[in-house]
Amino acid sequence: MSAGQETFYEVIRRQGITRRSFTKFCSLTAASLGLGPMAASQMAHALETKPRIPVIWMHGLECTCCSESFIRSAHPLVKDVVLSMISLDYDDTIMAAAGHQAEAILQETRQKYKGQYILAVEGNPPLNEGGMFCIDGGRPFVEKLKEMAEDAMAVIAWGACASWGCVQAAKPNPTQATPIDKVIKNKPIIKVPGCPPIAEVMTGVVTFVTTFGRLPELDRQGRPKMFYSQRIHDKCYRRPHFDAGQFVEEWDDDGARKGYCLYKMGCKGPTTYNACSTVRWNGGVSFPIQSGHGCIGCSEEGFWDKGSFYDRLTGINQFGIEANADKVGATVAGVVAAGVAAHAAVTAVKRVIKKPENVG
Amino acid sequence: MNQIVELQGALDAHGERVEARQTIYVYEAPVRLWHWVNALCIVVLCISGWFIGSPLPSVPGEASQNFLMGYIRFAHFAAGQVIAVALLMRIYWAFVGNTYARQVFYLPFWDKTWLWGVWFELKWYLFLTKDPKKYIGHNPLGHVAMFAFMLFLVFMICTGFALYSEGTGIDSWQHALFGWVFGIFPNSQDVHTFHHLGMWAIVIFAIVHIYAAVREDIMSRQSMISSIISGERVFRDDFRD
Repeated sequence: MSAGQETFYEVIRRQGITRRSFTKFCSLTAASLGLGPMAASQMAHALETKPRIPVIWMHGLECTCCSESFIRSAHPLVKDVVLSMISLDYDDTIMAAAGHQAEAILQETRQKYKGQYILAVEGNPPLNEGGMFCIDGGRPFVEKLKEMAEDAMAVIAWGACASWGCVQAAKPNPTQATPIDKVIKNKPIIKVPGCPPIAEVMTGVVTFVTTFGRLPELDRQGRPKMFYSQRIHDKCYRRPHFDAGQFVEEWDDDGARKGYCLYKMGCKGPTTYNACSTVRWNGGVSFPIQSGHGCIGCSEEGFWDKGSFYDRLTGINQFGIEANADKVGATVAGVVAAGVAAHAAVTAVKRVIKKPENVG
Repeated sequence: MNQIVELQGALDAHGERVEARQTIYVYEAPVRLWHWVNALCIVVLCISGWFIGSPLPSVPGEASQNFLMGYIRFAHFAAGQVIAVALLMRIYWAFVGNTYARQVFYLPFWDKTWLWGVWFELKWYLFLTKDPKKYIGHNPLGHVAMFAFMLFLVFMICTGFALYSEGTGIDSWQHALFGWVFGIFPNSQDVHTFHHLGMWAIVIFAIVHIYAAVREDIMSRQSMISSIISGERVFRDDFRD
């Protein structure tokens, strides 16, 4: 845990990574961040001169899929580089065996790097019953989160859990699982949603913060613009089939074999902001739509509560199990039309039976 | 004969002259134009919107040879922009037009006579009163319905432009002006759903609106349908000074 003044580059070289691999990483990251041609050398310079930023990585209610994704970052060397770029001082899932010694690091980092460390949070705190649904190190996770956020430079909310709440916050949310930005109000929070987020998006965000010493530009909802400013739909390779009006109608039809648009199968690409259709997964191998299944919108707010993954029109459960906006609307319109017809009939009947006095 | 030549107004073949009727110019040309542009746009928007949510069966052939969804979406976006510009023009006309041009933008709930009128019209529609009242602009109940329509129209324009901004990107003016919608509903799936429900609200308004206009034209003895074409409202009962 002696981060000291050792620079990123020294750490990288100490771990046996060649300078050639190091410069390759810099160019790759610069390209994936959409930066100009000079950025790769600037990035290399920054890594050679800047000390590593201490990171506290905490786990609340979650499934660790963010960590699983993170360690699969595409370039063979990226995980080594990233785990060296940041000074990962604490990660309770990995350090569970260390017990009290690990917990002591929290206080040490908090005092030594006051206002300088990054708090990366995977998962979220449940607030019900005083937070007792997530006990971590002998006390509610929410207390630990608030305490460590107090002296952090910024908070990274990894994944759908920390950003939006995810499955544990889905209705009826018995533990009152709450996203980070509803608990921590006084610190800048970067939301990196997804279930899990794309590995290269995670390392890209970390790289940006360590390289430039500031947070990336965020959108209205607190997500880094560089990865979340466009929908899956906007960059989907099946988009021409959408514009042409060619859709998969059944999972085993000809359209499915021809790779038509999955819009009618409930693909959430048109409402989901993420980089899957550009960065893709597993080292750029594929992403859900490329594998023939619609996007389920895992990086969107409350995606568990927005009806079936296989419906284009969102279900509205208040009106019964199978209702959607069109069914509700058509029903009400039908009732109104019937009411109008009945009203017209009554009007006509009354007019006919009315005594013919002064009808002009 | 000479006498007939000099007679003003409507005559029958025998020179019998009708009694005077009250005719008032209510709907000025920009208001009428706005009404019909709205009507046309709403029809286009409902049909194209329906096929965006529930697309037509797949077209055969290469993707490069077809652009069906593209054209349907173009029709929707074009009609949406027209209806938005028309509303801006209409708001301008509310300031420079006659008294009746301002009516649909506010409800005078502080006016006791108006409130009584709402109650009266409710009774009239529930067959609880015998004789209708005649109003120069909208009758008070119709006024409430028009105001509700204006709210739905504004809601549809705001959510519509917000959804459109998803395609034009977060640096677009559409996002700058209407991106706040996603501050209220972070998941645009919800915005889509509410946009759908808004469409149905306007369809329901249209059903009631057309029925009420036809009914009032017959039952209340004042012109409705021709008024939105000529702008003049004719009160058909004989009028004596």
